[in-house]
Amino acid sequence: MTTSTATRPPRARSVSRGGHPFARYALRRVITSLLLVVGVTLVTFILTNLVPGDPVAAALGQRAAEDPAIVAQFQSEYGLDKPLVVQYFTYLGNLLHGDLGTSTTTHNAVTSDLSSALPATLEIAIGAIVLSVIIGVVLGTVAAYRRGKASDHVLRVVSLAGLSVPTFWLALVLYYVFYFKLHIAPGSGRLSSDFNAPPTITGLYTVDALLAGQLDTFLDAAAHLFLPVLVLTLYTVGLLTRFVRTAVLEILDQDYVRAARAKGLPTRTVIWSYVLRGASIPILTVVGLAFGSLLSGTVLVESIFAWPGIGSYAYQAASHLDLPGVMGVGLLIGVMYLLVNLIVDLLYGVIDPRVRLAS
Amino acid sequence: MTDSLTITDLRIDLRTPDGPRPIVRGIDLALERGRIHGLAGESGSGKTMTALAVLGLLPDTMTATGSILLSTPVSAGGDSVELVGASRQVLGAIRGRRVAMVFQDPSTSLHPQLTVGRQLTDHLRHHLKLSKAAAQEQAHGLLDRVRVPDPAGALAKYPHQFSGGQRQRIAIAVALACGPDVLLADEPTTALDVTVQAGVLHLLRELVDEGGLSVLLVTHDLGVMSAVADVVTVMRQGVVVESAPREQLFTAPQHDYTRSLLAALPGSTLEETPDELVDDLLAEGGHHDS
Repeated sequence: MTTSTATRPPRARSVSRGGHPFARYALRRVITSLLLVVGVTLVTFILTNLVPGDPVAAALGQRAAEDPAIVAQFQSEYGLDKPLVVQYFTYLGNLLHGDLGTSTTTHNAVTSDLSSALPATLEIAIGAIVLSVIIGVVLGTVAAYRRGKASDHVLRVVSLAGLSVPTFWLALVLYYVFYFKLHIAPGSGRLSSDFNAPPTITGLYTVDALLAGQLDTFLDAAAHLFLPVLVLTLYTVGLLTRFVRTAVLEILDQDYVRAARAKGLPTRTVIWSYVLRGASIPILTVVGLAFGSLLSGTVLVESIFAWPGIGSYAYQAASHLDLPGVMGVGLLIGVMYLLVNLIVDLLYGVIDPRVRLAS
Repeated sequence: MTDSLTITDLRIDLRTPDGPRPIVRGIDLALERGRIHGLAGESGSGKTMTALAVLGLLPDTMTATGSILLSTPVSAGGDSVELVGASRQVLGAIRGRRVAMVFQDPSTSLHPQLTVGRQLTDHLRHHLKLSKAAAQEQAHGLLDRVRVPDPAGALAKYPHQFSGGQRQRIAIAVALACGPDVLLADEPTTALDVTVQAGVLHLLRELVDEGGLSVLLVTHDLGVMSAVADVVTVMRQGVVVESAPREQLFTAPQHDYTRSLLAALPGSTLEETPDELVDDLLAEGGHHDS
């Protein structure tokens, strides 16, 4: 226990060396994340160059790749004739200017490809994580409170099933049932063909449609979100339910929960203010991890629902040995992971005064 | 003198696959108004479970039978409520309002993520329907009463920003917030440094002497007991072996078990009056728990 803070004079903490402790904490986390971004660039670069396969042949076709003159011209155009180290620093330099190269499949700047694909992925990932957190926290808390009772066992089986069912299989089955058989869900893609994308503000069609006041477009976009979000949710909800159950069980044993009950507080208050607040740090951690894995794990779901997100883009780039595209996706997912982790770290400070105030 | 809490033939059973296993058997205990009643015994003797049974806070795996009667003073109507088997509503209205509890370790019994002010006022607002401002004002007064320095500043702080002794003072303030008749103190000094134990005991004594409050002091530490308890009940393996006023118990113990417990105490404590003992402890440790 940190008793040292208490022995200090009351206000000394906020004026002691280097400003507010939380600002120092946040700054440290941001710097660490930036260093890690550099690491991510190196890893994506190396991994991409280790890929067996000839990007020249993939880009030009086997026939052109047999002509040394064309190959040499291609290699010098893309800098592939230089040593790897030079290539890496060229890559880094371009990166600083927001240039991720040109995709050899779409022939667009990778940056612009990714910036149109990312919102599509974010839209299903955010939808899935929000739903999962709501459902997972409720079910996990119920399971913890009913430990060992029938409802606990039912929830355990259901969440285990959610975790164990392969996502691609679930996606296919749900697509078949809801689209082909029941005609409840709309087809693939982000919008039906008779709708135009709303004016881009956030890139999330549902949000943009609402901002533009296009209710029809919003409903159509939301309907298209339904199945992919459901598939992703079923996976993460299983994970979250089990995790929340464990976290809440641990907190239920804490003295401060017994103390809150001894104060005669209503059960609702005990759960919200004491139990879930206490469990918020482990829950936040796993939500961050789940969100990160949603971002990178949407490849199959996006392919099945023809969802034009980074998962589809990654699949397309990888199958065409489109190195700039693959590196761009790798870098983006790595950076998103770091960003999510940074946000989680900063949120620790918001929800836990021991992180915020301890120096 | 009337009793504020009367425990009669209390039995606590642990449900096991092989049938109920008794934890506490046939406890009789009368907590007199305005007194500190010590409940002593080694760990596992059932003393903490007895205290938890008063608030209906036994673990789900345990059941209590017998009677625990909570009585109001004659001046306030003199009615009594049976706590064993009481409904959730009845217990909800009594917990924190008429019977409050202080736990062993304030570093775990106060929520680390809630401000002291919030923890002092949430049950005040719930039980007494006070406004936020009125509750804050009352909380300020409570911290002042348990002598936490700079009460206004303390309200906005978190438990980890206080020392152990101050945290326990805060926990006591939380318990006293709604003006309970009975305070259950479960090893309230065990987790504290020896140097600050005396200060907390002194505070408990003062609060009782101010009137109105009765304390059931659960501890394995007979030294603590001899310092502040008016009456001492000794438990062993779920039964009461001896119950007597402090002087009698410490000078003429009737039971072998009590004698063996007393034999383990440093000799000097037995000859001193409680005040001398507290003064001794204070002199040893000073007032450094603030």
